[in-house]
Amino acid sequence: MEHVSGLRCRECGRSYPAQALHVCDFCFGPLEVVYDYERIAASVSREAIARGPRSIWRYHDLLPVDDVVPVDLGAGFTPLTRADRLAAELGLGELYIKNDTVNPTGSFKDRVVSVALTKARQLGFKVAACASTGNLANAVAAHAARAGMASVVLIPEDLEQAKVTMTAVYGGVVVAVRGSYDDVNRLCAELASEHPLWAFVNVNIRTYYAEGSKTLAFEIAEQLGWSAPDHVVVPVASGSQLTKVAKGFEELGLVGLLPEVPRVRVSGAQAAGCAPVATAFAEGTDAIRPVRPSTIAKSLAIGNPADGWYALQAVRQSGGAFAAVSDEEILEGIKLLARTEGIFTETAGGVTIAALAALAARGVIRSDERVVVLVTGHGLKTVEALAGACGPSATIDPTLQSFERSVIDEAGSLIPGEEHVE
Amino acid sequence: MRVTVRVPTQLRSLTGGVGEVEVDGETVGGIIKALDEAHPGMAERLLDEDGALRRFVNVFVADEDVRFLEGLDTPIRPGQVVSIVPAVAGG
Repeated sequence: MEHVSGLRCRECGRSYPAQALHVCDFCFGPLEVVYDYERIAASVSREAIARGPRSIWRYHDLLPVDDVVPVDLGAGFTPLTRADRLAAELGLGELYIKNDTVNPTGSFKDRVVSVALTKARQLGFKVAACASTGNLANAVAAHAARAGMASVVLIPEDLEQAKVTMTAVYGGVVVAVRGSYDDVNRLCAELASEHPLWAFVNVNIRTYYAEGSKTLAFEIAEQLGWSAPDHVVVPVASGSQLTKVAKGFEELGLVGLLPEVPRVRVSGAQAAGCAPVATAFAEGTDAIRPVRPSTIAKSLAIGNPADGWYALQAVRQSGGAFAAVSDEEILEGIKLLARTEGIFTETAGGVTIAALAALAARGVIRSDERVVVLVTGHGLKTVEALAGACGPSATIDPTLQSFERSVIDEAGSLIPGEEHVE
Repeated sequence: MRVTVRVPTQLRSLTGGVGEVEVDGETVGGIIKALDEAHPGMAERLLDEDGALRRFVNVFVADEDVRFLEGLDTPIRPGQVVSIVPAVAGG
């Protein structure tokens, strides 16, 4: 761990050792990992990264933990797919999907949890815990099983069934809480004080956990032939992912993997039913007022976002913007991505695609920009959201006549280019 | 009125390691003042230079965020517990 020199408060600058600490004892500001970038620059190279594993661990020099055998299910190094058909629909030019639906438990949370539990194990923790809107629950339960750690996962009781099943199947403790995610989060923040021997990945291990999201920026740059995009669109729940993606691009310049710190515009996507950060952006204020979420995008339903303020600054400083999209637009976004690019995303991805469309329509995202949009979770996690919106085109008897009548005669237009030949 | 206040790890150096203390007060602001008298140093940890709650401090009255209520003026009713919780968590 020679490349990490400790932790530092983002607010008041006080220093701390690299232990299980997440907020400053004095001002409650978030702690950040402090790296020795000169030392990293001397050892890191594009060639060494290319020889590394096809996972987030190829960037171990820029992660806050080094372990020969990390807690790893293969998170990361997901496809960066050129999306010409989607771009054409939206009037955009060079557009890419960062497809994080293909991670081991189906979301980007595998990145942060792999880092968090590797660090937690190194610090001697035996129990992994978290507050989750579902995706994190899946990732913690799976990685804890992989690591041979016990797990305690707290979720709001109204989560989608797939997310509950995909957590419970790994055999850990799953606690459904009667309340919102913000209630669960508050409970976990209090539990972390009472159970200091538990590694709450997004509480006392959060400083390390959050760093895992930087790998999205590292991969995007590497997959673009070691160059940066002009614009990235990132979903915002707590704001941590967006903040760390911006930091990731900056670090590539600091350690010489890119010739200089790139200027990447970063834009944020929120659901209109839970848009505290987008609202603050639109109103031009620094004050992020907490909200009570009401949206189908449950994985983004954080009404009191811990890193909202930092996400807001990152977007403003980069020349990006925010969009807040309705539930109808979210469903349209899911279907648009599936129809044009063959990628099925959960509601959070629908938010991001809808925000991409909205920002393109507003002229914020331009057709001369190289754009990357983060699609962070798999559609099978939230199939309930599409109930009634997706189903069979026709239901028929098993006869040629029934097929001809229902499919060819009445719905022939569903099969483009198909001539009706008698 | 006696009020029970739950104190996070980060402030327990001021309470002799105790996670729950009792003070007298009628509002959140009054509770913080009383906490500071009983455990000097509390107020500067919780309030900024303008006397407002620090950005990364959440205070809950009966599990409700006081930013949804009346902030530091939020009244405390008998039997309600006040929790001080670091805001940087989750997501």
